[in-house]
Amino acid sequence: MQVTSSVRPPLVTNGKKAKDVTNDICKQVEGKPSLAWIVAFTISVITLIYGGYCLWTTWYEGIGMWGLNKTIGWAWDITNFVWWVGIGHAGTLISAILLLFRQKWRTSINRAAEAMTIFAVLCAATFIIAHMGRPWCGHWVLPLPNTFGSLWQNFNSALMWDVFAISTYFTVSLVFWYVGLIPDFATIRERATGIRRSIYGALSMNWDGSAKTWSRYEAVSLVLAGVSTPLVLSVHTIVSMDFATSVIPGWHTTIFPPYFVAGAIFSGFAMVQTLMLITRVVYNLEDYITINHLESMNKVIVTTGSIVGVAYITEFFIAWYSGVPYESYAFINRAFGPYYWAYWAMMSCNVISPQLFWFKKVRTSILWTSILCIVVNIGMWFERFVIICTSLHRDFLPSSWSYFTPTMYDVGDYLFTFGLFFTLFLLFAKYFPVINMAEVKTIINSSSEKK
Amino acid sequence: MEKGKNFVVGVYDEEDVLLEAVGKIRHQGVKINEVYTPYPVHGLDDALGYHYSNLPIAGFLFGLTGTILALTMMIYTLGFDWPMDIGGKPYIALPDFIPITFELTVLLCALGMTGTFFVASNLKPWAQPKMFDPRSVDDKFVLTVDLAKNASMDAIALSGIIKASGASEVSTKTME
Repeated sequence: MQVTSSVRPPLVTNGKKAKDVTNDICKQVEGKPSLAWIVAFTISVITLIYGGYCLWTTWYEGIGMWGLNKTIGWAWDITNFVWWVGIGHAGTLISAILLLFRQKWRTSINRAAEAMTIFAVLCAATFIIAHMGRPWCGHWVLPLPNTFGSLWQNFNSALMWDVFAISTYFTVSLVFWYVGLIPDFATIRERATGIRRSIYGALSMNWDGSAKTWSRYEAVSLVLAGVSTPLVLSVHTIVSMDFATSVIPGWHTTIFPPYFVAGAIFSGFAMVQTLMLITRVVYNLEDYITINHLESMNKVIVTTGSIVGVAYITEFFIAWYSGVPYESYAFINRAFGPYYWAYWAMMSCNVISPQLFWFKKVRTSILWTSILCIVVNIGMWFERFVIICTSLHRDFLPSSWSYFTPTMYDVGDYLFTFGLFFTLFLLFAKYFPVINMAEVKTIINSSSEKK
Repeated sequence: MEKGKNFVVGVYDEEDVLLEAVGKIRHQGVKINEVYTPYPVHGLDDALGYHYSNLPIAGFLFGLTGTILALTMMIYTLGFDWPMDIGGKPYIALPDFIPITFELTVLLCALGMTGTFFVASNLKPWAQPKMFDPRSVDDKFVLTVDLAKNASMDAIALSGIIKASGASEVSTKTME
């Protein structure tokens, strides 16, 4: 029995029934990869290999291969790290926070968004490991007994907080994602034969869909959403504290935690939009990821984009109002110094462009959405670059003033993460159900069109 | 008949029919073995008389373990084992320990609770699931009644009750 509401448009269109959901989603997993998929996968793997060469060289020769100098010790590496972590935040926001707020539209996009989170955090971790210079000593960040004392880590440091925050975030996101996948793997298992049946059988963990298991599953999902919500806010708060707890003018501001979290959601939703726009066309999922979904996400983008805009203005105001000359200089230099181009790229991409989403025509247009979302992602990369590089390049001593120019290894390591991200995402989109079938089935009865 | 338990299996097409049927069948004194659904059906656990899961308690206890573990680790390492003077701050600077304490609380809560869920619901990758009807993970709702546990009625009477409650198909099945 399907019911229509006069208040809300249906979340899933064209009168889909539970059977149609199974068929539409499993079709992608069961069929042969399409030509578009093969082309995209090939490009991703080539990028991964080229980036892998650059990353290998960085590891083998050291981070001297990057354009860093004595004044600018953090540049593209930490910029890329913060950018990727920020992108990851949208996945958790969709799966956890929107679950707590009972936003049913999230069911069509949460699976892919969570996958994006996991892959984005992996990309971010690449830069954390790479910027250590000696990645084989990476385990030194963990409190393991050692032959130096034991000499322990400094748990007062924001960088140590980051180690725990990022690793917890990755693990919890992975667990949350996997628990959600189990019922869908069972659906695929029952349709498959041979080796595929054993693989999906193992992945589905003996799932039989009994009412008792579902009841426990819902309890686990709710608690995981409950703990993921403060977790996701804590992660970018702690990332922002990497900067805010230092005494560098331009970094030492208390506005950073909320401003970084808003920026993370802003860039993350833009990335989800980009991926969803491609996925819905390639896999014919227009009935599941509708214009309404895109519009809802665009509303989040315009809200968080405006928060980010207010934060930029507040920073400037406080720099002047504090009366601290170093702080004032840092901000005037940001806008009119040698990196002015990066600053204005950031301002126009992050503050001005998302404001176009106030217009319903723009918000519901696929073309506009895809353009603006890419613009937002570029802008958010520039934001991190501006914060990191322009705050560092004017040291306290003018004789130390410097300028950062990336080398091919900076670019190559960034490309590596793009290769990694898209390779993993394409593998996910081919072999895993891109839409949470079980959850979509729960909403079609109450919210789809009557046929 | 081969060795194993005998079940009467009813297949339902719609979730609201199923929900009503569960109430009707239990009202007639039939003990339902289990209901298998393709998605979580709202109110089904109440209809079946299941209590709300105790898993959140397990989650809380695991989280508490994480809190204690994190604080103990940091207080022991920085306070007693190898105290370091960091910017003249106290060796045991509790406010600085909050972030890591929080992260380990969340980590252990999530892992512990999910682990408990897997154990409690017998979710393991190597097991072969016993499916009464493969359509129960697709679009049908499957209700099963164990004949041994309803000794007062025979298969024909039970089938009649299930059929009358709105099931689209009723059959008997032997499972190990």
